Amino acid sequence: MELLIKGGRVVDPANGVDQIADIYIENGVIKAVGNSSGVSASEQVQVIDATGKLVIPGLIDIHCHLREPGGEAKETIVSGTRAAARGGFTAVCAMPNTSPVCDSQTGIEFLKARAQATGAVRVYPIGAITKGSSGQELAEMADMAACGAVAFSDDGKPVPRSDIMRLAMSYAQMVGKVIISHCEDPELAKDGAMHEGYWSTVLGLRGIPSAAEEIMVAREILLAESVGAPVHIAHVSTAGSVELIRQARQRGVDVTGEVCPHHLALTDAAVEGYDTSTKVNPPLRADKDREALKQGLKEGVLTILATDHAPHTAEEKAREYNYAPFGISGLETAWPLYWKELIETGCLTVNEMVAMLTVNPARRLGLDGGTLTVGSPADVTIIDTEREETVTLEGWQSKGRNTPYVGWTLRSWPVATIVGGQVVMTNRQLVQG
Amino acid sequence: MSWRHKDLLGLRGLEKKDIELILDTAAPMKDIIGRDIKKVPTMRGKSVVCLFYEASTRTRTSFELAGKYMSADTVNIAASSSSVVKGESLIDTGKTIDAMGTDIIIIRHGASGAPHLLAKHVKARVVNAGDGAHEHPTQALLDMFTIRERKGTLQGLTVTILGDIFHSRVARSNIWGLRTMGADVRVCGPSTLLPPDIAELGVKAYTRIDEALEGADVVNVLRLQLERQQKGLFPTIREYARTFGLNQERLKRCKEDVLVLHPGPMNRGVEIADDVADADFAAIEEQVTNGVAVRMAILYLMGGTSSGIAH
Amino acid sequence: MNLTDKAQLMNEETIRRAITRIAHEILEKNQGVKDLVLIGIRRRGVPLALRLQQKIQEIEGVQVPLGALDITLYRDDLTTLDVQPVIHKTEVPFSLTKKTVVLVDDVLYTGRTVRAALDALIDIGRPQAIQLAVLIDRGHRELPIRADFVGKNVPTSKREVISVRVAEVDGEEGVSIQDMAE
Repeated sequence: MELLIKGGRVVDPANGVDQIADIYIENGVIKAVGNSSGVSASEQVQVIDATGKLVIPGLIDIHCHLREPGGEAKETIVSGTRAAARGGFTAVCAMPNTSPVCDSQTGIEFLKARAQATGAVRVYPIGAITKGSSGQELAEMADMAACGAVAFSDDGKPVPRSDIMRLAMSYAQMVGKVIISHCEDPELAKDGAMHEGYWSTVLGLRGIPSAAEEIMVAREILLAESVGAPVHIAHVSTAGSVELIRQARQRGVDVTGEVCPHHLALTDAAVEGYDTSTKVNPPLRADKDREALKQGLKEGVLTILATDHAPHTAEEKAREYNYAPFGISGLETAWPLYWKELIETGCLTVNEMVAMLTVNPARRLGLDGGTLTVGSPADVTIIDTEREETVTLEGWQSKGRNTPYVGWTLRSWPVATIVGGQVVMTNRQLVQG
Repeated sequence: MSWRHKDLLGLRGLEKKDIELILDTAAPMKDIIGRDIKKVPTMRGKSVVCLFYEASTRTRTSFELAGKYMSADTVNIAASSSSVVKGESLIDTGKTIDAMGTDIIIIRHGASGAPHLLAKHVKARVVNAGDGAHEHPTQALLDMFTIRERKGTLQGLTVTILGDIFHSRVARSNIWGLRTMGADVRVCGPSTLLPPDIAELGVKAYTRIDEALEGADVVNVLRLQLERQQKGLFPTIREYARTFGLNQERLKRCKEDVLVLHPGPMNRGVEIADDVADADFAAIEEQVTNGVAVRMAILYLMGGTSSGIAH
Repeated sequence: MNLTDKAQLMNEETIRRAITRIAHEILEKNQGVKDLVLIGIRRRGVPLALRLQQKIQEIEGVQVPLGALDITLYRDDLTTLDVQPVIHKTEVPFSLTKKTVVLVDDVLYTGRTVRAALDALIDIGRPQAIQLAVLIDRGHRELPIRADFVGKNVPTSKREVISVRVAEVDGEEGVSIQDMAE
């Protein structure tokens, strides 16, 4: 099985590549990047004409929720990975807040086996920090790491106890993994449905203050610093968090942070009208937070772009705002939203943005991939940066239809997703297989 | 001049002429309440459902009587006795009521935005009778009607809203309505009961009651939910009464012809002193009568067919 | 829809004479002003009732009570309208019990307005009798109603419109017949 991607603009930040080039793939591995005019196109070579397109390492989502096991009505590994493929992702890291919580070797093995059998893209399991993510006792992190957990997180909720978090950082570091922290002070955020500010006052919804996040970001930084362990902050959403991470990185703390598309594309003003597809945790923040996130990305304080893809059923979301669950189904719109907010505004270069969706998350968690280095797995995404599309639910792959972007016309869409040399998505359509 | 909205979900966004139309229509309605025969045939054959997810005697009775005085058929659904406890969603409940041929649904709900959700899914017109901490438009309209009746106008008046602004839908609706009608609005309460960025709603926020009352034409005293104290929002009921309770002494800072309002039910001796509540310058019972009149006006204005109305 | 004036039926002078005659007829029929009250139907019935009140005072030296009736809430076509008409105050600041009420309106046509007015009056109180005075009776009744006092009978077709203008409302006086041109 051979594949030739011809004539695209190849951007491979890890190797400092940004040029018109061809990529030659054989047996699921990248064989060559360069000029293919010498290669005689044999019958067996499938050729993809990428002229005028962007050819980049397969996108890696460091943060998504696939819901299986237990939440199959919201999403399955099949539907979630198909959504990923449609969004240009070749690998996703699955958060462990399933039912049961993925807090043991069994959970990791299940996820790997299901992903192997049914997944359209690679799935990297994230194990829970504490048993049942209840925040009380450490889960079997060494065991989980040994069988393939790529990181540990109780995402969906914070680890309320500082002593437990300190132990978790130390233990995770021992097994060579990073803690991913969902930063939220549970008491300050209690009963909150949206960002605390003007709009929460207008709409009469209980607010989640920025401080609820920032207190925990500060705590994680101080704990990571004292333990000497790495920590990754999930879904950074406030200006204060950006500032805390900036200061910590300046003094050498091993802290990284990720940003989600909705925190760049939307603000709390979008909650007016009580559309529950805007209910997300952390909540859509104020305009100044959005600007601070962009500035943080521009300055390299925040280095990873994630989706926090959080699918829910239509019934769960068709409720009073207070009672609806938090989350946005984000895999299928992430790239064009990032393009709109980061490239079209001149905030990042294409090279920088690609790095934040490929090599940066891969390096942070020690994953294969994220590059087009010869000899590495052939995970490649092709983007048509000129393509304009209006978001509809037609062709939508995720079971979670909770997207606030329906009707938005966005530019720059993934048009092919190649995982291990196999084309899983082409021309916006999933390849049946 | 005519009512061009399908629903009445809040006062935010309504224009001055919308509010004036309701207040102007309420005046002749009030006369009907004073007659021996308190009934007009206007809404014969129209059905009004009061869908109340929160206990309320006063507002529900007011809407129910308003409907009956207008000759509409009114039905009450209380959350505790309905399918709500069986877990039926608001949308399904709404569609069921809709399918029975209901013309107007009056909804009271603990969750902010619930009336908006309902309105999106039913053909019936929806009137918000209070949702969470969001809005209570008919209460604010009756407050404004009462003020206008006593003062002749709302334009240029200084109105102080006193109490738990944070949790109050009455305060929010009053703020929007009064601002639209050209009044100056002050809010006053303990800092822990003032919502964030409240000044951005176009009001002045005070934590000292004497300053908030200085020169006020109207004081609207909100009911203090006593259970807020247990949540730690203020230290004691005693301290609240001493610091923020409205009494005769404090009222001296207001204009001489000050008007005192309270949406009820009152905690006498907590947010309002006995001799204030019962004084001539208080219009608390009058508010109740005006509430029926304002709701009759709203039912009347919404009583037409909904075809050709902007949703 | 355009309206074109076809003929002037009454002017300020003839309206004044008609009012004078109706005032005399009311007094004659009721043998004076005892228990007599006047109620104008909003809008143009109200100024006409006021003129009758003034005329009767000139003749008898007594001011009879005067009220104003808004019949909007009693209309029979409300549920067919998209937008509800504006309501004005009904002002009857006296008891109707055992009174003889003279209802006053500008034009009598289908009779539906008068039907609504009768219902409205009876909800306010229980008069001894109700009589009807109109400036113009143009025919085409849809209900069994007739006027007791008429300023002018005008045969019309249903395609015609009667326009009554009174100074208090319209800034001028006159009655004309117009064609409905579509």
